[in-house]
Amino acid sequence: MTAIIDLPAHEQAKLAVQNLNFYYGGFHALKSINLALPEKKVTAFIGPSGCGKSTLLRTFNRMFELYPEQRAEGQILLDGANILDKKFDVSLIRAKIGMVFQKPTPFPMSIYDNIAFGVKLFETLSNDAMDERVEWALKKAALWNEVKDKLQQSGSGLSGGQQQRLCIARGIAIKPEVLLLDEPCSALDPISTGKIEELIGELKHDYTVVIVTHNMQQAARCSDYTAYMYLGDLVEFGPTREVFTKPKKKDTEDYITGRFG
Amino acid sequence: MTNMSDKHLSTQYNAELSAISNQVLQMGGLAESQVAQAIYALTQLSPETAERVVETEAKVNQLEVEIDSELSTIIARRQPTARDLRLLVAISKMIANLERVGDEAARIARTVRRLIDSGISSRLPIGDLAYEADLAIMQLRKALDAFARLDVSRALEVLKQDDQIDQEFDGLMRKLITFMMEDPRTISSCIDLVFVAKAIERVGDHAKNLAEVTIYVVNGIDVRHTPAAFSLEEASVGATN
Repeated sequence: MTAIIDLPAHEQAKLAVQNLNFYYGGFHALKSINLALPEKKVTAFIGPSGCGKSTLLRTFNRMFELYPEQRAEGQILLDGANILDKKFDVSLIRAKIGMVFQKPTPFPMSIYDNIAFGVKLFETLSNDAMDERVEWALKKAALWNEVKDKLQQSGSGLSGGQQQRLCIARGIAIKPEVLLLDEPCSALDPISTGKIEELIGELKHDYTVVIVTHNMQQAARCSDYTAYMYLGDLVEFGPTREVFTKPKKKDTEDYITGRFG
Repeated sequence: MTNMSDKHLSTQYNAELSAISNQVLQMGGLAESQVAQAIYALTQLSPETAERVVETEAKVNQLEVEIDSELSTIIARRQPTARDLRLLVAISKMIANLERVGDEAARIARTVRRLIDSGISSRLPIGDLAYEADLAIMQLRKALDAFARLDVSRALEVLKQDDQIDQEFDGLMRKLITFMMEDPRTISSCIDLVFVAKAIERVGDHAKNLAEVTIYVVNGIDVRHTPAAFSLEEASVGATN
């Protein structure tokens, strides 16, 4: 049982997780998680493989509902409304909460359509407005200069780092409120990683960002808050600068200093 | 370092951290012995010992440079966090303090050389200086010991006892002033002794700094420049669980 964790007074909770339990069939993967994610800040989830960090991330847009044996209990409040409530329209959740996966997943279509596709599901835009939206999203994702002359070429022709930025552009094109990033840099080289981290810093001005990462230094570099998870429990949550210099729990310290074993 | 027993997954990293901590202790031991030798030179009026202290100062300096370079390598290679980070930041400060201790010892030794050359009256309160020095050396040893064992309560003792050296120093000043007023021929020697007393008092200050960074390594609390009572209390409470 994790205690309810309060945010510092100056932070507003965008997503509030309350007493969340998650099961893969009979396996209890998340144990009574209580957590508040501050608005327009970057929160990183860290922890060893299998600790539940990606599972937690995937509950935020009800991705797990695709699998019948998976279920979540508890509440996840987005601006106070419980998104786990069946009455909450799942496509609306995904419009408000975008996600980018570990491996770049461009659709097998042109760079332009990769971005326009999702927008068309939610909005009816004129051609000009759509052009503008595509350009806006690509600029936000720091990809515009590299692709502006080949928007009609296939998205799969881009490099890994470019594809990942294309996926981020696709994610923000529908103007979500929260952006979930599941190991967004694990398949990328240091330069592409650097660009994405730079981008994360930009994105938090407009979005609440949640990032799952195995790279501890990445969490230290680009997040404002860090949550350390282990075996389905939330062990520690706090401002990143404190977690990385003076963690409150010995377990957290052992993990981030590499004494875990 | 006995308390750093929890092992890293990387044995190499472990070895690097314990090697650098041992080097710091070695440098500390050398600095401490430099002060003791310099005071021996003063009480025994031994120019050879004074000479040796001046020569050995280079070795203390050399250790500082070596440890510093090792620090940069570890930081670049390991990107330390949490208590490892605090340890390395602390070491960086400790070696700067120890190097200064070495400087103070050499300063005392050079003054002793001058005092011997110009002839020093046996009436002057050299015994008092030796007592002040004993206190400072004890503080230094205790601070190094606290670091080696990562022992906060020992480090706190060092902080509490720093006042004693300061009081001793004030007392010595009054005494030396009295000597100078009574017999102006001792003024030159007395001024030299004032510098020695001041150097010893600084050694005590450096010991205090070492104790402060040891508390930072263990608890992550910075007790510098905080009112003594408040910082002591917080330091003994705020351990990582």
